[in-house]
Amino acid sequence: MADLLGKDYAPPDVSGKVTGRAKYAEDFRMDGMLFCRLLKSPMPHCRVRGVDASGALAMEGVVAILRADEVPEQAGPANNILTDEPHFVGEPILAVAAVTETIAQNAIEAIVLDLEPLPFCVDPLESLRPDGPNARTDGNTVSSGEVQEHKWTEADFEAAGEGQLPMGEPGAEWSYGDIDAGFAEASIMLDETFVTAGTSHHSMEPRTAMAYWENGKCYLHASTQSQSFVHPGIAAYIGIEPENLVYIAEYCGGGFGSKGGPYPLLSIPAHMSRKVQRPVLMRISRAEEYFLGSARPGFQGRIKMGFRDDGRITAVDVYIVQENGPNQGAGDMGAAASAISIVYTPLNMRYRGMSVLTNTPPRGAQRGPGQNQIATAVEPLIDKAAKQLGLDQVAIRHINAPTHDSLYGGNRGPITSAYMREALEQGAERFGWEERRARSGQREGSKVRGVGVGQAFHSAGSSGFDGLLVITPEGKLNIHSGVGNLGTYSYSTTSRVAAEVLKCRWENCEIVRGDSSRGLPWTLGQFGSNTSFTMTRTNFAAANDAVRKLKEIAARRLGGSATDYDIGNETVFARGNPSRRLTYAQAAQAAIEMGGAYSGHEPPEDINALTRRAVEVVAGTGLVGVARDNLERNGMVPALAAGFVEIELDLETGRIEILDYLGVADCGTVLHPQGLATQIKGGGVMGFGMAVSERHVYDRHWGLPAAVGFYQAKPPSYLDVPSEMDWHAVDQPDPGNPVGSKGIGEPVMGCSGAALLCAISDALGGHYFNRTPVMADMIINVASERSQSHGPLQVNTQ
Amino acid sequence: MSYVDSSVAAGMTVTPPTTHSSWSRRDFIKGVIASGVSVAGMSYFGAGCTTPLPAQTGGVERLLSLTVNGQVRRVDVLPGETLAMTLRYKLGLTGTKLGCDRAECGACTVLIDDVNHYSCSTLTHRVRDREITTVEGLESPDGTLHPVQQAFIDELGPQCGFCTPGQVMSAVALLRANANPTRQEAREAMSGNLCRCGAYDHYLNGVMRAASEA
Repeated sequence: MADLLGKDYAPPDVSGKVTGRAKYAEDFRMDGMLFCRLLKSPMPHCRVRGVDASGALAMEGVVAILRADEVPEQAGPANNILTDEPHFVGEPILAVAAVTETIAQNAIEAIVLDLEPLPFCVDPLESLRPDGPNARTDGNTVSSGEVQEHKWTEADFEAAGEGQLPMGEPGAEWSYGDIDAGFAEASIMLDETFVTAGTSHHSMEPRTAMAYWENGKCYLHASTQSQSFVHPGIAAYIGIEPENLVYIAEYCGGGFGSKGGPYPLLSIPAHMSRKVQRPVLMRISRAEEYFLGSARPGFQGRIKMGFRDDGRITAVDVYIVQENGPNQGAGDMGAAASAISIVYTPLNMRYRGMSVLTNTPPRGAQRGPGQNQIATAVEPLIDKAAKQLGLDQVAIRHINAPTHDSLYGGNRGPITSAYMREALEQGAERFGWEERRARSGQREGSKVRGVGVGQAFHSAGSSGFDGLLVITPEGKLNIHSGVGNLGTYSYSTTSRVAAEVLKCRWENCEIVRGDSSRGLPWTLGQFGSNTSFTMTRTNFAAANDAVRKLKEIAARRLGGSATDYDIGNETVFARGNPSRRLTYAQAAQAAIEMGGAYSGHEPPEDINALTRRAVEVVAGTGLVGVARDNLERNGMVPALAAGFVEIELDLETGRIEILDYLGVADCGTVLHPQGLATQIKGGGVMGFGMAVSERHVYDRHWGLPAAVGFYQAKPPSYLDVPSEMDWHAVDQPDPGNPVGSKGIGEPVMGCSGAALLCAISDALGGHYFNRTPVMADMIINVASERSQSHGPLQVNTQ
Repeated sequence: MSYVDSSVAAGMTVTPPTTHSSWSRRDFIKGVIASGVSVAGMSYFGAGCTTPLPAQTGGVERLLSLTVNGQVRRVDVLPGETLAMTLRYKLGLTGTKLGCDRAECGACTVLIDDVNHYSCSTLTHRVRDREITTVEGLESPDGTLHPVQQAFIDELGPQCGFCTPGQVMSAVALLRANANPTRQEAREAMSGNLCRCGAYDHYLNGVMRAASEA
């Protein structure tokens, strides 16, 4: 089956993007629509003792104020809708609706707050000190949803060497093998302390939302990566049953993890609209995105690694302190450790982690959460070991790379496939690694060359979700997708599997999506590099259900048994006598007449409630193919990537010119080459930003943010990256997927960032910063043999 | 709280330009400061609102004629209103996107007399009698896409698509000024348009394809 898969095509939504017809949340208007603005906390942690809104309410055009006690309270240290105890600068306290946005903002300014400042913390290690501040009144860590206080002893801090991470009692740990025996076997050891900065997501579309109510239902236009997956959670934030929410998210202007799940902010216009009985639009500003747009947790970490003479890693002992924001936060540190277990397959390993609350924006998943931070931290250290052992940077990675029988994480689970060795081999060949490596260190004036190779990983597939499609009496194939539209085109490419199985012309297919009222099945969200694996399976399952029904209908109408029939050319025909046939249009008409399972009136028992409602929407409109993905899956699905970089570094200015980049993906069978290319290169660009420019900065004295604009937080521009980038895929099928596919979106970022950092260290003759991002001044300091302006464990550095 | 968002105090006078020469971001900011309107919290009226517009003060004529995509449009514009807001909220041209509203990202790029400008940082009152082109104005009357739009489809330029209209407009402006740019020239010409998806390579491929096929 390869009529559609593996080929380029124009996805159906791309035309709207180049013409401006694509409608994002802020592009919708309703008669009588009000505008809503937020009053946000000016302090990193405080209690609202009083609000005097009399001046605001007296202003002409102000319609209503929404307070925290009018919206559902979120249990535990969860992200709030509105709150009277803000835990970070920019946390929404209340909302104002007015007839214009100007009036709403003027009203916000006229509100007088009485705030009680509370202790706050922007450095996890400070909070872990015996007398350190806590981010929340009841503690500084979260365990099983409960806030706890967790302090290390003075002795813990004293035990750490100068500039090394103290390692008190951890909040999480696992291990396998015997690390002491592993280290005893090693020829060389590294013991390195590192820091990776927190970073913003920088989605180009601010997370605007618009809501109105009709006949007891809430209609919400918002920006999320996922469609069906966020539906129940959004309904819960609004305080309604999922069936009373119509959720429209046809386009999403970037999410990178920050819009993967439901988030509380988008329920504010819904609550306001219910209160004032008018449509409400809430625009979010760029500055507000830096508070409300989620963020990647930073790490302060320490890793001990033992290497044999041949470069094989005998043992790893890693400790990660995670800057978690004030709430439940993210699981990055554990994901980082699991990534180490599969990228380097250490023979013995221990992981310990401590997630500490800080009064900074709530943390969540950002492209390669945990995996990409650890890639930028550890990959340069692999080079450090290679240099000490006299090994090539590619060779030392090759000897440690995973194979199909490698095991994953602390519980040593199996994986479905791993072609990292092939990625390294093919990448080195394509990049001309040997020649480039030979000219590394060459100097021309103040400029010096460097090369680097980097690797990254993300688990990239799930199972157990639902597929839904309808063959209409017009003979069209409607493929219902609940995935969401993040911009990877995977919602469309995975839908092509259904067309492929049903042997339908792509021109004859429509993807039904973007609006829950159209009947969208329950599927996993568009995140975690999972769509290609997970949703090819759901579409495969639904299409096979439709094939079975087509054959049964043909047998009922034309005689014989279902096994006598086959499909082709959008007909179902008798194998022995192809003229005995029904077109898909005729079969769909027959399905409607026959009813039951054929028309969707008797859906399968094992599908999700949301899919069941979607089937009710389409029932009776044609032949309904619907099924839960019950295909086997034996193990974690690894997406692996390798990046190759050559740079020219100016030792006088610290400027890095990236001369060439190649990204290589192990993503199983390639489904959409052009879409894959955009992921590899675009992920590469984002990785460069993580490596050398992007970071959150918080003032330690006042807890105020210093990076609240693109020009301050610095995502890469055209001029920061090569004007041409290269890509390649190993293109070997994964046995856990019916079409051989795995996801890839996340590691293609980590590998580029890691490769760039390795190239910088290479150009500097083997100086390892143990920190991301590596800024120009840090490079100049090394080149001029000056000490850095920050300590080894310092966070919030410029 | 000025670092969070500034308030908006509309109602003062912005002096309209006396010539049609191009103006700088500095001029814009000076104009905004003079009007008492801050950049970050720029305001607007919602199109279609049933509530009557509150009275405004100030000496600027509010009812303007704007030439947008070849059509003369009559529109009621506040003294400190930006072109992006006029296009999106008064004229229904939502293809022009607001990514930052502070002249950083380029999602709001439109052409003013064939030159690309950030419409979030252009006062509508300053573009009277100028030719404004938005992404909606590029297609031929028969629906044929502009070569840049077609090339962006062929090269799969957009990912999330939010920056795309701005990228399209900057590419069109470049090709009107320089029909055969080098890739380096294209890269520099496009550098005022951020793309967080990192689709720069594919957009540049699109620009070069459009140049070669035009």
